[in-house]
Amino acid sequence: MLLRVISVLVLVAVVAFGGFYAWAWHSEIAPVRPVDASTYDPAIVAKGAALASIGSCVVCHTQAGGQAYAGGYPVETPFGTLYGSNITPDPDTGIGSWSQAAFRRAMHDGVDRKGQHLYPAFPYDHFTHAADTDIDAIYSYLMTRDPVQQQNREPALAFPLNIRLAAAGWQLLYLRRGEFKPDTAQNAAWNRGAYLAESLGHCGACHTPRNALGAEKKNEAYNGGIAENWHAPALNGNSTAAAPWTAEAAFQYLRTGWDAHHGHASGPMTAVIDGLAKAPESDVRALATYIASLSGTDDEAKSRRADAALKAAREKTPAIVSLASLQATTGKSGNTNDGAAIFVGACASCHRSGSQTPSARPVDLGLSDAINSPDPGNLLQIILSGIHPQARERGFIMPGFSTALTDAQIVALAGYVRTHFSDKPQWTGIDARLTEARRKTGS
Amino acid sequence: MTTITVNGKPHQVDAAPSTPLLYVLRNDLKLNGAKFGCGLGQCGACTVLVDRQPVYSCVTPISVLEGRQVTTLEGLGTPDNPGPVQRAFIAEQAAQCGYCIPGMVMRAQALIEHKPRASESEIRDYMAPSLCRCGTHMRILRAIRRAMKDMRTASVEGAR
Repeated sequence: MLLRVISVLVLVAVVAFGGFYAWAWHSEIAPVRPVDASTYDPAIVAKGAALASIGSCVVCHTQAGGQAYAGGYPVETPFGTLYGSNITPDPDTGIGSWSQAAFRRAMHDGVDRKGQHLYPAFPYDHFTHAADTDIDAIYSYLMTRDPVQQQNREPALAFPLNIRLAAAGWQLLYLRRGEFKPDTAQNAAWNRGAYLAESLGHCGACHTPRNALGAEKKNEAYNGGIAENWHAPALNGNSTAAAPWTAEAAFQYLRTGWDAHHGHASGPMTAVIDGLAKAPESDVRALATYIASLSGTDDEAKSRRADAALKAAREKTPAIVSLASLQATTGKSGNTNDGAAIFVGACASCHRSGSQTPSARPVDLGLSDAINSPDPGNLLQIILSGIHPQARERGFIMPGFSTALTDAQIVALAGYVRTHFSDKPQWTGIDARLTEARRKTGS
Repeated sequence: MTTITVNGKPHQVDAAPSTPLLYVLRNDLKLNGAKFGCGLGQCGACTVLVDRQPVYSCVTPISVLEGRQVTTLEGLGTPDNPGPVQRAFIAEQAAQCGYCIPGMVMRAQALIEHKPRASESEIRDYMAPSLCRCGTHMRILRAIRRAMKDMRTASVEGAR
């Protein structure tokens, strides 16, 4: 009897695995010989360039100091580290031997030219919603880049995730194919923005929380997530932004990385802004329209609340004519871990009202998402490392304080800043997050 | 009263706890090596070492320095007996107007202490926060490479 039960179970397992394997199996798509770049239509290439900027492709497919699109960028996930692949048209190490059909399959189905499953760190759960014509334009753009010979790095994943078929199982559970369906109740700009955000822009990859298997929780879309140890703020009704996001504010922020009601982009968002700065303005406006609508569409009411938040934040910003007068009146406890004294000595020379700093444009801290966020991690990373422009680019500078301040002092400073500038409850566990942030920033 | 230890010597300072270290160094202790450039932690002219790590003294309040060691340009050597990094900067004539140089020397000192065999790109990355508007960067880099070599030779000789 027992033997019979076991054999039935084994049979079921074999049939199930066979079915799964048959479902998961993809044939190789024959390699093609690269054609001369001049055969591609320049207008299509330009369209592909714009879409690739919106998709921030260059970020994960370029390693620090490396050549664009040649791969090697480490993407850290809870499951291990994966490395962006070489997507230059080099026939041996890049995608030079990929046909347009092979490229489409990778974007839509997460399967490479040879039929291997790709791990979802490559966000094909979003790209699957992109229109074929857009994917083809990106293909034309990539195929006209300079080929770079650079071997791909194998992902560092633990068993059983190191077996590529694990990615097929993930796809069975979570990959929902199909092109984006416009919402007829919304206008064209909103639909364009929704299309870009949900497909190539893959905004939810960071701004939506993920489940234990690393898939976005679709019922918690845009509820805030984690990106490379940064907290990606909620963009839906649970947004903690002191000033609500209007379409105009979102446009300023997405286009320039700065908005008067929200301040600077930092962390991984700066790379997104670098891409959007090169995208067509109408597409960035469309994205802003859609993103702002996630937290409500009454922009007039939002503007009024934003102005009220700005006024309240200004009142909390130390209003001083001379720093000396503030130094004489604040943080006189003499305690080395007095957050107020540290703030006045280390921060207030820029973060005060009437500050005229040529190279920085600090926002009133009451508006800062890093300070209003449920997680202190972003603020701690900014205190440690500061804010810096990209190499050889113009931009704003905030110095880092990783060497000037001890851990206890940074914890005290973060606590003071939260209590003084935000109405939100005090943070707990700042010290644990600081230890993590020091490790991540190598400081 | 706040006590700060500068170049190994404790000083009682009668200044508000939030007073930037730079003001105390220059005004109270008469240590004028560190310069006031921007006052905003952007240019690096005020760089000194705290526990052997570079900090901007213009945005470092004295309250955070309890029990910590501050080292200034004056702590590396004297005009008669300059330290190895200072000697290398003199040998390469790395200063033009010279305003950034104290900060450059301090940052270079920290780099060589922590990474005595830093590569060219590591030197450039590490020195990037210190700005020089005259454009003597090539001489500054030469001075750093010379100081590295001198300090390596010195430590080998010291070991004999």
